[in-house]
Amino acid sequence: MNPFAYSRPASLADTVNELAGSSRSRIIAGGTNLIDLMKENVERPAQLIDINRLPFSTIDELPDGGLRLGALVTNADTAYHPLVEQRYPLLSQTILAGASPQLRNMATNGGNLFQRTRCYYFYDTSMPCNKRAATNNGPGGCAAYGGYNRIHAILGTTDDTNGQSSCVATYPSDMAVALTALDAVVQVTGPNGDRSIPMADFHRLPGAEPWRDNTTQPGEVVTAIDLPTRGFPDHYTYIKVRDRSSYAFALVSVAVGLEMDGDVVRDARIALGGVAHKPWRKSEAEQLLIGKTLSPETIRPVADALLAGARGYGHNDFKIELAHRAIIRAVLKSGLDNGAVE
Amino acid sequence: MIGKPISRVDGPEKVTGQAKYAAEFNVPDLTYGVVVSSTITKGTITRIDTSKALALDGVLEVFTHKNRPKTAWFDMSYKDQDSPPGSPFRPLHNDQVKYNGQPIALVVAETFEVARYAATLVEIDYDPEPCETDLLKHLHEARDPKSGVANLFKPLPPKPRGDSAAAYANAPVSMSARYIHGMQHHNPMEMFATTVEYGRNGHLTIYDKTQGATNSQLYVTQAFNLSFDQVRVISPYVGGGFGSGLRPQYQLFLAVMAARALERSVRVSLTRQQMWSFGHRPATVQNIRLAANADGTLAAVEHEAIAETSQFEDYTETVVNWTGKLYDCANSTLSYKVKSLDMYSPLDMRAPGGVTGVHAIECAIDELAYNAGIDPLDFRFKNYSEKDWTEKDKPFSSKELRACFTQGAERFGWSNRTPEPRSMRRGHTLIGWGMATGIWDANQVPARAEAVLTVNGKLRVSSATADIGTGTYTIMTQIAAELLGMPLENVIFRLGDTDMPLAPIQGGSWTAATVGSAVKVTCEALAKKLFKLARKMPGSPLASADFTDVFFANSHIRLRRDPSVAVPLQAIVDQNGGRAISETGTSLPNMLKQKDYSRSAHAAAFVEVEVDEDFGTVVVTRAVSAVAAGRILNPKTARSQIIGGMVWGISSALQEESVMDHRYGRYMNQNLAEYHIPVCADVRDLDVIFVEEVDDIVNPLGVKGVGEVGLVAMPAAIANAVFHATGKRIHDLPIQLDRLL
Repeated sequence: MNPFAYSRPASLADTVNELAGSSRSRIIAGGTNLIDLMKENVERPAQLIDINRLPFSTIDELPDGGLRLGALVTNADTAYHPLVEQRYPLLSQTILAGASPQLRNMATNGGNLFQRTRCYYFYDTSMPCNKRAATNNGPGGCAAYGGYNRIHAILGTTDDTNGQSSCVATYPSDMAVALTALDAVVQVTGPNGDRSIPMADFHRLPGAEPWRDNTTQPGEVVTAIDLPTRGFPDHYTYIKVRDRSSYAFALVSVAVGLEMDGDVVRDARIALGGVAHKPWRKSEAEQLLIGKTLSPETIRPVADALLAGARGYGHNDFKIELAHRAIIRAVLKSGLDNGAVE
Repeated sequence: MIGKPISRVDGPEKVTGQAKYAAEFNVPDLTYGVVVSSTITKGTITRIDTSKALALDGVLEVFTHKNRPKTAWFDMSYKDQDSPPGSPFRPLHNDQVKYNGQPIALVVAETFEVARYAATLVEIDYDPEPCETDLLKHLHEARDPKSGVANLFKPLPPKPRGDSAAAYANAPVSMSARYIHGMQHHNPMEMFATTVEYGRNGHLTIYDKTQGATNSQLYVTQAFNLSFDQVRVISPYVGGGFGSGLRPQYQLFLAVMAARALERSVRVSLTRQQMWSFGHRPATVQNIRLAANADGTLAAVEHEAIAETSQFEDYTETVVNWTGKLYDCANSTLSYKVKSLDMYSPLDMRAPGGVTGVHAIECAIDELAYNAGIDPLDFRFKNYSEKDWTEKDKPFSSKELRACFTQGAERFGWSNRTPEPRSMRRGHTLIGWGMATGIWDANQVPARAEAVLTVNGKLRVSSATADIGTGTYTIMTQIAAELLGMPLENVIFRLGDTDMPLAPIQGGSWTAATVGSAVKVTCEALAKKLFKLARKMPGSPLASADFTDVFFANSHIRLRRDPSVAVPLQAIVDQNGGRAISETGTSLPNMLKQKDYSRSAHAAAFVEVEVDEDFGTVVVTRAVSAVAAGRILNPKTARSQIIGGMVWGISSALQEESVMDHRYGRYMNQNLAEYHIPVCADVRDLDVIFVEEVDDIVNPLGVKGVGEVGLVAMPAAIANAVFHATGKRIHDLPIQLDRLL
């Protein structure tokens, strides 16, 4: 761990100024991921900017009927908030499928969006990793590409035959999978003012810049996450398939929200976690469900469309079939009963 | 007192944070050492630049192979009570890297924070060489292990008997399979740490995380050429061991080295990641062929194991002998081989070899029973062994395994099982029931103890053993209280200090038998001494009594024929001029009694699993372990031991594995987020039965240890339940969901 400066700006404007001032500044809120990364020398910030006293710790109703989740509200407080439980049970249940109670008590909504991959090679600074190499922290290349990649991505990866410019990391959040399905919008403030980023555009695929996890610009601070009116409270499911019953990251997860007209699907949202560098959604796949009654046969083409182009890297080959099965189960479950988490 | 479910006497200290662990002893002017670990597996260190680290304020020294102080020359000096044959690893010995994570430098600074930062500034260049760490690639190079003292308690396989190959070929029913499990690391909650207090004239008081204070003392005196009176090792509490503390680990060497060189007190704590930088349960490959006659009796048994070891020591486990102990087949071939790879020497890990070998044989027996069309439990009754052919056909000193089978099956409801695989289900969930046998050694080794009736009439008993969370404090207190007829609150048992009478390392499930026997003989000797003094007291009501005429109760010596005639223990101390009365004793195993018997604890595990048909996720919904382990000193702490073993069984079967990237020879999941062991949600309904077992041969207390036997049967029982649920035989562990898709 390196020596670092610590500051606690009094305002959002000061925060943005300090953050924009140095590329080696990091915001700290709950610290549940950043501190681990610092202990392992993956993150070596010169400055920690503590934003815990900024006024983003509330959940408020929006005029259009949506809900604004403050960036500093903890995951636990969000999951157990009455309005979230009532209107967005998918989000509530998804948050509770993640981490452990201790972590959820500390972790914030904003921080959740910035948690970094669990790729083993990313965490080990002696290993080749294109995510780290950009910050002069260890050798370049992608050790996961030809290595132990059981937890790695099957969609949207960057790969080449020798792994030199590859990145097959996943983004590990559960919460973000539900936020993506719900069409949430992230509110940020930066040196150039405020802007809104739809969840689908917030995280990014590795492309040629695998070190960039998301589309925020230098100096930008997440202040809130807005949920639109539609929360799919009647038909939803989050299925998280993992190696133990709790405190394990998803190998594959599926968040589903449906609107039903009797037996017929009127609207559908399906997002996958654990399979890509961002929560994975394809509206053309969702369209295939509209107007259909639910059965494995009607859902199968949807799963095929969502997983089109998926490829394994050896240890994670099983994820393609597992994701397929999880999608079918989750959609069926959302339609048949009022949903729940598995 | 003996046999009562007493709560842990050390419980209040532990839950209130009063119990101190090795890294929590704060001594004046302490300095802090942080270890720099190698990032290559094999090769030569060509350059170490410590200048940036040394330039930091507060850094005292950076020790490397270039500047380390001189230590003992001979290999012998680095051996400890648990050393396998070979040449022990010496930290900072020279420029050679032998395994990934090897300590390369120790940075010592005035604060932990500075030491940790300085450690990142040490620059190291290597000339790496290709490394070999993948056992599966080198099976054809397996060889017989060197044998040594370690094999006294970990025997190598006996010679084959009969003609297993011919019998296998001619039998009507058979099976053959290969079983593989990967590496595991102990990962106790408490990381390895040593605090060395540098005293007057260089005297060292060492607070060490160890399963044997005397072992650490032995190692330090030898490696640094010191006398026993210059080194005191203290280890009152151990935050989990599981075998990892059976050998002194390198932080002990480094802390002592630095303390002596700097003439300062030094603490060295390892990180969680560095908990992967010494011993592990070795990856092992096993091949089994079994055959049965038409009536279901075993016709042929072949069990071969190949395990990895380091390039410098031949670590061995007893893997295949269990098969011979459990199944007395006239045509049996057992074999055990090792392959040296570029890694640290493996290290005993809870039920070493037992959990490995019994998993394979008990899965194989299940498969053979199915092939023979016989219920797996009936098959075991049919092939029940009354003698141990691996030990010259000796009978067992006691073996209530039949009662384990019967009582376990009854509690579990085994008779309601439908034998066909995939015959029980609820919705998407396949249900399976499986069972297996467990076995573990019941050894006793020499130990000493001291018992003191203190000036205020309390009993203080001590022995330099350890309590790794198993309940040693509690059961020794119970034994002492019972023998001297004193209430528990007036009895104090102390351990973990080399100033106390000698005890061996705490392992092999032998501590209850070993230290318990020492406490017994010592307290009996003290009782006699007290009686003699009581008789000599002026006007003693016991003046004409013999020792056999009295008993000890309520802190009095009382006459059997009239318990109201009594002498208070306090009065004996008072009469002794107010001086404490003490006695020391040594217990040795009674070889004459033991030599004609094979001595083991036994168990049977019955398990229910639920397997998600689509996702392959497995949950152990309930399990019953029936255990025959002689006399149970404390059903509460013993039950906790068995439950802990069962949870580890779930872990071994379904979750736990250290994954190495063999291209680099480096572990990839070296933290507790990615190295999976069960969380509370994975542990459902676990039930323990202790069956009645009387054994006056194993040791004077009639006890067999329970630290390991609870684990041994579980992985096979779970794998067999998974087969019953799914129809799939998964031979390799852990059974992660992708194996069942």
